[in-house]
Amino acid sequence: MRYSGLKILTEGLFGNRGWKPVWREPDPKAEYDVVIIGGGGHGLSTAYYLAKNHGITNVAVLEKGYLGGGNVGRNTTIVRANYFLPGNQEFYSHSLKLWEKLEGELNYNVMHSQRGLINLFHSDGQRDAFARRGNAMINQGDDAILLDREGVRRLLPYLDFDQTRFPIYGGLHHPRGGSARHDAVAWGYARGADQRGIDLIQNCEVTGIDIENGKVRGVRTTRGAIRAKKVAIVVAGRSSQVAAMAGMRLPIESHVLQAFVTEGLKPVIDHVISFGMGHFYISQSDKGGLVFGGDLDFYASYAARGNLPMVEHVMEAGMTLMPMIGKAKVLRSWGGIMDMSPDGSPIIDRTPTEGLYLNCGWNYGGFKAVPASGWCLAHLIATGESHEVARRFRLNRFATGHLLDEEGTGSQHNLH
Amino acid sequence: MRITCPLCGTRDRREFTYYGARDYLNRPGAEAAPEAWDDYLHLRDNPAGRTEDLWYHEQGCAAWLCIERDTVTHEIFAVRLVADQSGTSKTGAKKPRRKPAGKAAEGQA
Repeated sequence: MRYSGLKILTEGLFGNRGWKPVWREPDPKAEYDVVIIGGGGHGLSTAYYLAKNHGITNVAVLEKGYLGGGNVGRNTTIVRANYFLPGNQEFYSHSLKLWEKLEGELNYNVMHSQRGLINLFHSDGQRDAFARRGNAMINQGDDAILLDREGVRRLLPYLDFDQTRFPIYGGLHHPRGGSARHDAVAWGYARGADQRGIDLIQNCEVTGIDIENGKVRGVRTTRGAIRAKKVAIVVAGRSSQVAAMAGMRLPIESHVLQAFVTEGLKPVIDHVISFGMGHFYISQSDKGGLVFGGDLDFYASYAARGNLPMVEHVMEAGMTLMPMIGKAKVLRSWGGIMDMSPDGSPIIDRTPTEGLYLNCGWNYGGFKAVPASGWCLAHLIATGESHEVARRFRLNRFATGHLLDEEGTGSQHNLH
Repeated sequence: MRITCPLCGTRDRREFTYYGARDYLNRPGAEAAPEAWDDYLHLRDNPAGRTEDLWYHEQGCAAWLCIERDTVTHEIFAVRLVADQSGTSKTGAKKPRRKPAGKAAEGQA
């Protein structure tokens, strides 16, 4: 079913009786060409692009819970392409271009809103670093505007510019940055994949990966064994556990990242604002809630909840930056499980097992990558070659020293 | 989360800095192959459940601690001084651990 304004109008006139379930609920077949483990944003976009770009439709996406029930359904929804290192730059640039066409392509409203992202800086040295980053973004073909203090004041008059700890010197404005409706991204890709014949199988947990003579043969699941010529592990948050089924030990440590939403308010924050020195970033959802977060809790965790010291720290940073939000009531908070890699960059690569592919290590930047991640993994599965914009996301780069340490913080998992 | 330092007693989690998995105690020798360094620096078991990791009591006694805890529940089972650890057995190896100087400390999530 194709969605359109006319469709909504006619359904409205006839009691909305014509709407159908958006995807099928198939039982797993005995064999597929490709099995994708993980029905989150990355797994679903991989399935979609396998069908759309490569015509591979004998594919199953296996999800242990419900589609989009993991990190793609609980994140702070920021979409941007403001990376600095070659390897990251072209990838996120490609992803942003896919975002800009996504709604038309999927015939699904993902509420992508290019409201602009502003990264604040607070010293001469930081201004130089952001000027350099902005130039790199422009050279890549994306957009960046270096704002001075008055330039930031024109856009964000409500900030406390004269706070004593981090007085605001200016900001790097990325006008094409913004946000999107996270659930809709998963649902849109799921619908697109289903329409092209891909089986989306929920409540189907993978319990083992069958490997014979170094070659993948299929997976064992809570709904029976499924044979497959190729298997992709796309389970950020649980990567170490699933990779262990194939005898792999990954360069990943899982950490908890908290985020918060306030009650719905009238529009007050028109952009995405990032206050790196205070470990704070914020935007306002279309429902009116202020969506904000900070840094990791910094210790390895799978608890899907954080501790109070980081809650306090994030609130303090928010109050330092914009005291006007002090009376907004926090409605809820949550903690997501992050695949933290030793250089802060992801992995899209084949594994030592033939036919087994790995997509993981998204740290806390996976949401904006959903389109390009699926695009590039589908390319790798279909052609056997890394896509040119993801060619540096190799699994062995830690051993060879070809790190992509965007923040230059060293090879400790929790520092990125 | 509160952590019971064997030297200082029960303290706020904010006094402690997390470093990483206990693997960091297994530093390869100078002659070790590059793969051993990759293993040491980057690769992790990363269990969902019981684990051992290293913490630094930065705003307390400045001791390095090895904490045995659960990554799913945040329960803390034992806190030992790294200085008391014998040998450099790998995490999960069945080498008997020496008791810490005091009673095995317990914390709560």
